[in-house]
Amino acid sequence: MSDAATPNPSDSSSLQLGPPKARPGPRGGPKNWVTMGLVLPGLLFFLVMFVWPIAQMLSHAVYSPEVQIALPRTVAAMADWDVTTPPSDAIADALILDLKNADRGDLASAARRLNYEQSGFRAALLKTAREVRRSDGAKGYQALLDADKDWADLARWRVLRSAGSAYTSYYLLTALDLEKRPDGSIGRVPGDRALFVTVILRTLWLSLVVTVICLFLAFPVSYTIASAKPGRQALLMLLILLPFWISLLVRSSAWVILLQDNGLVNTALLKLGIITEPVQLIFNRTGVYIGLVHVLLPFMVLPITNAMRAVPKDYVRAAFSMGASAPRALFQVYLPQIWPGVAAGSLLTFVICVGYYVTPLLIGGNQDQMLSYFIAFYTNQSVNWGLASALSAVLCAIMLLLMGLYALVPRRGGTTAGR
Amino acid sequence: MKYKQVNPMQKWQRLSGLLTLLVLIFLILPIVIIMPLSLSSGSFLSYPMPGFSMRWYEELLTNYKWTKALQNSAIIGISSAVLAMVIGLMAAIGINAMKKGAARAVVMGLFIAPLMTPLIIMAVSLFLFYSKLGLSGKMLGIIIAHAILGTPFVVVSVFAGLQKFDMTLMRAAKSLGASSWYAYRNVMFPILKPAVVSGLLFAFVTSFDEIIIVLFLAGPDHITLPIRLFEGIRDELTPVVISAAMVMVLISVGSMGLIEWVRRRSEAAKEA
Repeated sequence: MSDAATPNPSDSSSLQLGPPKARPGPRGGPKNWVTMGLVLPGLLFFLVMFVWPIAQMLSHAVYSPEVQIALPRTVAAMADWDVTTPPSDAIADALILDLKNADRGDLASAARRLNYEQSGFRAALLKTAREVRRSDGAKGYQALLDADKDWADLARWRVLRSAGSAYTSYYLLTALDLEKRPDGSIGRVPGDRALFVTVILRTLWLSLVVTVICLFLAFPVSYTIASAKPGRQALLMLLILLPFWISLLVRSSAWVILLQDNGLVNTALLKLGIITEPVQLIFNRTGVYIGLVHVLLPFMVLPITNAMRAVPKDYVRAAFSMGASAPRALFQVYLPQIWPGVAAGSLLTFVICVGYYVTPLLIGGNQDQMLSYFIAFYTNQSVNWGLASALSAVLCAIMLLLMGLYALVPRRGGTTAGR
Repeated sequence: MKYKQVNPMQKWQRLSGLLTLLVLIFLILPIVIIMPLSLSSGSFLSYPMPGFSMRWYEELLTNYKWTKALQNSAIIGISSAVLAMVIGLMAAIGINAMKKGAARAVVMGLFIAPLMTPLIIMAVSLFLFYSKLGLSGKMLGIIIAHAILGTPFVVVSVFAGLQKFDMTLMRAAKSLGASSWYAYRNVMFPILKPAVVSGLLFAFVTSFDEIIIVLFLAGPDHITLPIRLFEGIRDELTPVVISAAMVMVLISVGSMGLIEWVRRRSEAAKEA
């Protein structure tokens, strides 16, 4: 049996002492199948249980065949319908036939799907289905009007037709507070129905504020760690990383106990006479900021500390000795050198923050919930998987954009070799 | 004049030292300050405590809903960590043997991707996927999801270990007549063991702490410790929540200590 991990005999000419770093040259040949055998099971497992479910969920954002499944004849009959005239009897008959034959579950899904675009559609469709099932001879447009007079409304037929396509832009547009107008143009939804742009902006703003706070807190901490003696560095690092190891829930519960109205902080402030009545510190934005900074600070401290370790102390001292002012030494000498670490830490913190769910849920108020909360809400409570998927797609897009930015950050050898 | 020029840096250093102290207090004090409350004899989470007692730990270890949660967390944590270890170890050795290039980068990226994926996206996508697969409400589904979550830790840790591993050892073993499997088992694995163990523990702690995926995928019988804690925080904030939290802290910090111990031992062995 051959061994995948052993370099080819051809490599032995470049035999080097110590760990071989780069193994030049192709390593093909009969050994590849062992490599494949090692990677393949995990690869398949990841593709089936990780990549495929996410891809499928994201596809729900645009793929929505419920109406086509429940009402196939209607969809076919409406293909060449002129949207300005009342539907023909042929279309009406197709709908009646579909309603009679549709599977109950399919019809319910289709009704729900139609109801997203026009409220009241669900009740009307199910009522009409009941009516036409009851009377055998129901035929033509008039039969529909008898069942529910609103079938005279052409807007309803237009909704039916547009939802009849298996692919829809409806969910993605809704996730961005946009809608398709009857004339086909795309515009903003009226203010009272707009919801998600606020949520997206709130998510970004919250993450930005948390990142900036973390940055300002991490700076002195990293500086102190980087300039401490090695033994002390290890201890400080351990202390910074300690909360990292303690469950998110434990930390959230700690903040609830400390910050609630009759919590330790408020009690202490009251006793000291600084305040006369409890200050709301939790279940609002303040609480979310405190909780998230507490969780995310280590992600900021680590890369910045690594960057600072790689900067020789003499540089700043030299700047001072040549008469640079403190700000000038900071901005022109120190910051440019640690910039990769600062950028990496900030993006990492931001990216992780954007996807947070539990902390805002436990210590935030209604007005502090981020995108994740709404994805969960539309999956669990309101069972609108299309919208949940569209919001997930927005979240994924934000993440990918940020990671693209992350990939652009210049990385010097020094930042990682400093360890 | 020269004196004055050195002064600014000292000032900054002192200031940053002070700020560091404040940040450390912010990071650690909240956790430390709630710990004694688990020993309170009262039912409220406030100071001063009426007295000391072990009643909340007793409740934790005797009340079915807590013991069941603890048991579920242990089963899910251990199974998913072992699964992650097997997948991750194989993948890391395989990736290390792949030739450098796009394929290798993509495979590596895929195995690390769960670290960067928002948990809510994994949770919702698996929720939809499992409902079609008939895996929803089953413990196996949670174990699979947590194994995916834990695999990156094993891959990263073992891969780093392999970078330091001297491949000439394998060749030496072969030249002395060892079979491929013998060389893996008796040469490579012992040296990789610390990396594997630390990856395994990371995977375990990740699963043990994870709540979002469990929230979405668990049936009523699979309540884990974090979920119980979550409900406790929202509904009945009594000291039993803190004693449960203490158990989680103990297990997490214990694992961290173990990782550190394994790391130190392997470093000591290398120097010897």
